Amino acid sequence: MATRYILGVITAALVLSLAAYVPVGAAGSADAGAAGSLSGTAKIEGATLKPTRIDMSSDPNCSKAHSTPATTEEVVIGPNNGLANVIIYVADGLGDRTFEPPQQPAVIEQKGCQYKPHVVALQTNQKLNVVNSDDTTHNIHPMPNNNREWNKTQPHGMPVEESFAREEIAIPVKCNVHPWMRGYIAVFKHPYFVVTDKDGNFDLKDLPPGTYTIKAWQEKFGTLSQKVTVGTGESKTLEFVFKAGS
Amino acid sequence: MSLRMSFAVTFFLLSFSLSSLAQEAHVGNLTGNVKRGKALYQRYCIFCHGTYGDGRGESAPYLDPKPRDFTKATFKCRSTPSGSLPLDSDLYDTISRGIHATGMPSWKPLTRQERVDLVAYIKSFSPRFQEEKPATPVVIPPEPTTSPESVKRGAELFQTMNCWLCHGKEGRGNGPSASSLTDSKGNPITPFDLSSGAHFKCGDTDQGLFRDLTTGIDGTPMPSFSDALKPDQIWDVVHYIHTLRASNKSKPGQTQAEPKAE
Repeated sequence: MATRYILGVITAALVLSLAAYVPVGAAGSADAGAAGSLSGTAKIEGATLKPTRIDMSSDPNCSKAHSTPATTEEVVIGPNNGLANVIIYVADGLGDRTFEPPQQPAVIEQKGCQYKPHVVALQTNQKLNVVNSDDTTHNIHPMPNNNREWNKTQPHGMPVEESFAREEIAIPVKCNVHPWMRGYIAVFKHPYFVVTDKDGNFDLKDLPPGTYTIKAWQEKFGTLSQKVTVGTGESKTLEFVFKAGS
Repeated sequence: MSLRMSFAVTFFLLSFSLSSLAQEAHVGNLTGNVKRGKALYQRYCIFCHGTYGDGRGESAPYLDPKPRDFTKATFKCRSTPSGSLPLDSDLYDTISRGIHATGMPSWKPLTRQERVDLVAYIKSFSPRFQEEKPATPVVIPPEPTTSPESVKRGAELFQTMNCWLCHGKEGRGNGPSASSLTDSKGNPITPFDLSSGAHFKCGDTDQGLFRDLTTGIDGTPMPSFSDALKPDQIWDVVHYIHTLRASNKSKPGQTQAEPKAE
């Protein structure tokens, strides 16, 4: 009886260990020729929110970088209620595919004591170059839940290169010496994500045919979700409408 | 069949021994034991750090700063670069020394073996200790003697590196950004009052201060200066910080012994 139990445990361990290796063998990437695409707009309904002025007077090197007062980027609304800085991404439907990180790094720049872009999205283990173009010293401090937390002082011109090992949507980034500074870094284990432009538009290209859950994330309004099926070579249009105050 | 079975047995035993190895702790010639550490933890640590090591023990609501959440594996006092896991000896040192001006006392009344056992158990709260290895610890070069020039350079760096925005122009912890600061859990946190003469949190030696400036204090707003400053410049800042301290018990430029707990 005891022997059978032990054999059972050993077999289970073997099966589990084999199962863990199968997805690696089945790894593949999209067939570019048959790829579809998703484009559209993220919008906001019922928002009367306006960007507010930022007081940068504690560091004159920051305030003098702006000819007109800098404003917050938490909610940026373009024409026709288009919502900027929304991350549109595939949340489900890629199965066991695995993806290599791209060679070119993602870049986040500190300029005028603000993060440019305000929201940056990249792949796991893709390099992130942090640039300080300001005449002051920043500290770049991402505060992840699922990745390593680091915090580095960065004087003007000093290069910082980092990466994130695990998917996380999205990691808040702070500069502690300049408390108004806030940005977000979103990390994906696949390349199917895009951040909406200043008018709220997006274009998600090279999507392999399939049925997907597509999500839209905004730092203040949360996450919206839609299911969509993309056929071979098909281009579809999607709209995400966030409701203010909900 | 018998071959496959023996392979399975080998694999099973190997993976088992590997995972248990990763949960051990080594400090000097001592090896920590998770099981013994757990018993000690449940007796001494659980009230603040909690059953699950998440820093949410019964006493946690009454403490400021909050007890460490071991599940994140983010530790303040390390000899390793910002973002890295600590060495076993870093955790051992923190348990031994305690963290001044917090609820964390010195645990030197426990034997060295018991403290290493605790390190082994604390590591078991986060899978990171099995997935990652600590980075190479920072090198602390010999301290140059202090001088008016070194102090002056340190004062300039204190300004240009924006230390003053949090710590204040006179190091009193009252800079313009001080009131905005939170730790990584969103709890308010105050910058260290460098003028107070109080013991530094991660040890009160010049070498300790050099290390803190180099590694940063993870989980807090205090960043790492390892890539921003050269070692000589960090020593200049150390020398300048000495001049800010009101009750300046340690002589600038000299190594002060660790305060004895016994």
